Amino acid sequence: MADLNVPIGGLQLKNPVLTASGTFGYGIEFADFIDLSRIGGIVVKGTTLRAREGNDYPRMAETPAGMLNAVGLQNKGVDYFITDIYPKIKDINTHFLVNVSGSTIEDYVACAERINDLKKISAIELNISCPNVKQGGMAFGITCAGASPVVRAVRKAYRKTLIVKLSPNVSDIAEIAKAVEGEGADAVSLINTLLGMAIDVEQRKPILSTITGGLSGPCIKPIALRMVYQTYKAVRIPIIGLGGISNGKDAVEFLLAGAAAIQIGTYNFIDPAISVKVVEEINQYLDRHGFQSVKELTGAAV
Amino acid sequence: MVKKYIADWKVKENKVLNNDHCLLKLCLDEPLPEILPGQFVQVKINHSEHTFLRRPISVHFVNQKVRELWLLIQSVGEGTRLLTIVNKGEALNLIYPLGKGFTIPSENNKSNKYLLVGGGVGAAPLLYLGAFLKEKGITPAFLLGARTENNLLQLSEFQKYGEVYITTEDGSAGEKGWVIHHSILQKGAVDFIYSCGPKPMMMAMARYARQRSIPCEVSLENTMACGIGACLCCIEKTTEGPACVCTEGPVFNINQLTWPI
Repeated sequence: MADLNVPIGGLQLKNPVLTASGTFGYGIEFADFIDLSRIGGIVVKGTTLRAREGNDYPRMAETPAGMLNAVGLQNKGVDYFITDIYPKIKDINTHFLVNVSGSTIEDYVACAERINDLKKISAIELNISCPNVKQGGMAFGITCAGASPVVRAVRKAYRKTLIVKLSPNVSDIAEIAKAVEGEGADAVSLINTLLGMAIDVEQRKPILSTITGGLSGPCIKPIALRMVYQTYKAVRIPIIGLGGISNGKDAVEFLLAGAAAIQIGTYNFIDPAISVKVVEEINQYLDRHGFQSVKELTGAAV
Repeated sequence: MVKKYIADWKVKENKVLNNDHCLLKLCLDEPLPEILPGQFVQVKINHSEHTFLRRPISVHFVNQKVRELWLLIQSVGEGTRLLTIVNKGEALNLIYPLGKGFTIPSENNKSNKYLLVGGGVGAAPLLYLGAFLKEKGITPAFLLGARTENNLLQLSEFQKYGEVYITTEDGSAGEKGWVIHHSILQKGAVDFIYSCGPKPMMMAMARYARQRSIPCEVSLENTMACGIGACLCCIEKTTEGPACVCTEGPVFNINQLTWPI
């Protein structure tokens, strides 16, 4: 058995497998299927300062090897998380990270400040890449000029590990990664969903209420992998890779391309026990190839 | 929260019902958990190149004694088409039981008249509901609608549990028209309505029920991804905000919904 521990900023993950925000609820929804303590960490769904109802139905369209979503950060707000969810997760033996989103820099900061006080929450993932909200979200993440001020402001307010989740809907993701590294981010996670679209030809109208939405699933994996590689060549902070991972081999590809850890997203819908299986498969890979530690894989192919 | 399971079920029988419908009888080697009328399962599609997500299918019937689960499948798209051609002996991976089902009346309400109204393949969950009610000493009545006689599914099964009233759009069986036009609805004397089928049909039944102050539950089939309340894709607007059809439904009382009825 190889060493699966991975440090991400101040965070010591017991293994490199996390579950992606928006695909795993608050973790407790999956407790019937897996022992949550066996995964490296859980990134809970996008949380904003105030409650958000999200977008109108329909919010989802299936695509070949993937799906489009336009949920639009539906959540009951950070105070609901603190009072109603936090007590239910605080004794579960894995790391919980909160994905923080907002429409203004002030909202991001206020939300991060409240989470700062929660002992169990070891990190936040700053979401500057949600493609499904009108204000904020991805607007912050598609230029260095947009990303830098929000990361700078949250960095000042949040003392624990700060991960910034990057958008793939940019011409050069490495530039954005460098900018947020320069503002003090401890790590970056990438990629969020790709902007896409689907049309119902019988009705002759877009399927999603928002017309466009975020594409995820195995169909985006080669793009995500390329972006992890490009970012790995540009920054020194750890990279958490995600985008279409559906088995241990996919996860190892991301590690070899430069990721220190990975997240599993949409595939949780197909197999709610996939995260634990991926931990096992990474471990088997390491043993089969004689690696002592999973850390040896990071960037080993590039 | 009721415990959910994930397991491979064996296809015991795939019975062709007509050109685009089949009845799948699935079985498990171990005892089944409690499965309630109106709940559904998420079925993984085997060997599919063009679909990705599981397919939510409502529970058509459960036989705990022989550890059997029935699913009524209509071939609509590629995923359900592949389900209609599964072979006997094949394994189907299911997540189950999911969602909140129909309200089961207490024994005190035995004398009430329960009308179960289904349209097309939407009649599926009403068979199990009817059997469940019958078990409790309540004899339900079914009102089933279809386009043609050929599209009326499982009639002899429904008839085991109560009187069956029929409408077809072409008049090939029962009364001609939609379920909402059936003469039984004019006779009144219904105390509770359960409905599942196309949304316009359920809205018509909801309107009928509201005008007469009859309690009414409907089963929704919003497009879903996860089926377990994680992705928030299948939401329906309710009086208390957006609700996940997969966990807070699929059955709702019409008073919870914001339908313009």
